[in-house]
Amino acid sequence: MWPDPRVEKFVNDNFLPARVHVKDDSALFQKYGEKYGAQWTPTILGLDPDGVERYRIEGFLPNDDFLAHLMLGRAQIAFAEKQWGEAERRFREIVEKFPDSDAAPEALYWAGVAPYKGTNDPASLKATAKAFQQRYQYTTWAKKASVWGG
Amino acid sequence: MAIKFRHDVDAVLAEAKKTGKPVLLDFSAAPM
Repeated sequence: MWPDPRVEKFVNDNFLPARVHVKDDSALFQKYGEKYGAQWTPTILGLDPDGVERYRIEGFLPNDDFLAHLMLGRAQIAFAEKQWGEAERRFREIVEKFPDSDAAPEALYWAGVAPYKGTNDPASLKATAKAFQQRYQYTTWAKKASVWGG
Repeated sequence: MAIKFRHDVDAVLAEAKKTGKPVLLDFSAAPM
């Protein structure tokens, strides 16, 4: 999953990448594994600049899904930092670029939440509920958004 | 453009706090 040039570029552009190896960095693996509750490999965490976990990927994913989840993690960090505009842009980019990934319905959901958090205008929530009537209808995220349909 | 993973996690976390850049922390068992 890591040799993909799109993944490499996204990681280098958006994160400070760190790795602890279960054998080669065993002391660090134990230390940070306990700190962050990582009990399996691969476990990949998106941490905000204060070191707080904002997103977690456990287990292997094919390249497109992996990149979509990395993008989702980066979007969640922007969301946690209350950068609503940037978060929405990042969530929508996932839906546009990887519409068939399993990260896309979750991204569509949060793309509706981010502008609401910034404005308190429920229009984006209603629009998201409507969007879920057209796509991803059978996902958990569509069920969660259904309450916004009014 | 290979990813230059660092293993000095404490230093990476300190740099993140200083620069405001997020961290990707990979717990791996892949061959190094």
